[in-house]
Amino acid sequence: MKFAIIVFPGSNCDYDAYYVISKHLKAKVDFIWHKESDLKDYDCIIIPGGFSYGDYLRAGAIAQFSRIMDAIKVEAKKGKSIIGICNGFQILVESRLLPGALITNNTTRFISKKIKLKVTNSNSLFTKNYQINEEIEMPIAHKQGNYYANKDLIDRLEDNNQIAFKYIKNPNGSSGDIAGILNKNKNILGMMPHPERAAELLLGECRGVEIFRSMLHQVL
Amino acid sequence: MKAKIYINYKEGILDPEGATVSKALKSIGINGITELLIGKCIEMSFDNQTKEQAIKIVEDSCTKLLANPNTEVFQYKIIED
Repeated sequence: MKFAIIVFPGSNCDYDAYYVISKHLKAKVDFIWHKESDLKDYDCIIIPGGFSYGDYLRAGAIAQFSRIMDAIKVEAKKGKSIIGICNGFQILVESRLLPGALITNNTTRFISKKIKLKVTNSNSLFTKNYQINEEIEMPIAHKQGNYYANKDLIDRLEDNNQIAFKYIKNPNGSSGDIAGILNKNKNILGMMPHPERAAELLLGECRGVEIFRSMLHQVL
Repeated sequence: MKAKIYINYKEGILDPEGATVSKALKSIGINGITELLIGKCIEMSFDNQTKEQAIKIVEDSCTKLLANPNTEVFQYKIIED
């Protein structure tokens, strides 16, 4: 049972994720540089937050062409669990592994604060340890976290139960208050809030760790 | 040969930067603006390409990377030397 944390030039939440996986889950975890091309030895993949390629053009736009993304697509097809957090979410939508787009916050500002989320799917590989409608607190830290989806897409996401988390108070203008979505097969999760920064009480909130624990347990 | 590429949000998608700048102009007494959109302008130069080849490069670049088809539209003009 092994986690891979993908590292791009500009990733900066990679060590936070590594700390949570190794310390709290006691699971094996490796950093994988984005120029690698093979992830078959890994069971769970984390695309961490940061500012890959300086967020040039659009956040996540350039990272989608890194060699590792081909390997991620191969493992995604096999059904392995893949989570993209913040910039990782932006990379997943730019790569079309998740639908929709992430555009500039409607406040035009970078927002860094704790927010409250509601769990809207408690039956996925990532959210089994939560109750439906459970409220959890996590930090957000982004400027391009405004999830954009037209009405058709929102309806489809709702119908397929692909919305994992919603903001209780929408901080950035996201369509449908969406904070995190799953792909159709429910083995890929993208979310703007940072569960790895809400994984121990010393930081004020520890329920974030349950996402990673849930990923671990579905493999064991 | 050069290309000038303009990328903007699709109609109906709120451009928060544009809205803020529009308000700022109003606040300094510049009136009459109904909408202001802030997009990107990209300039591209080419080696010995024909106009048709340059158009293909621009369209390929926009479709694959420069514009996000979910949220953005692109326009361009080719400027011959």
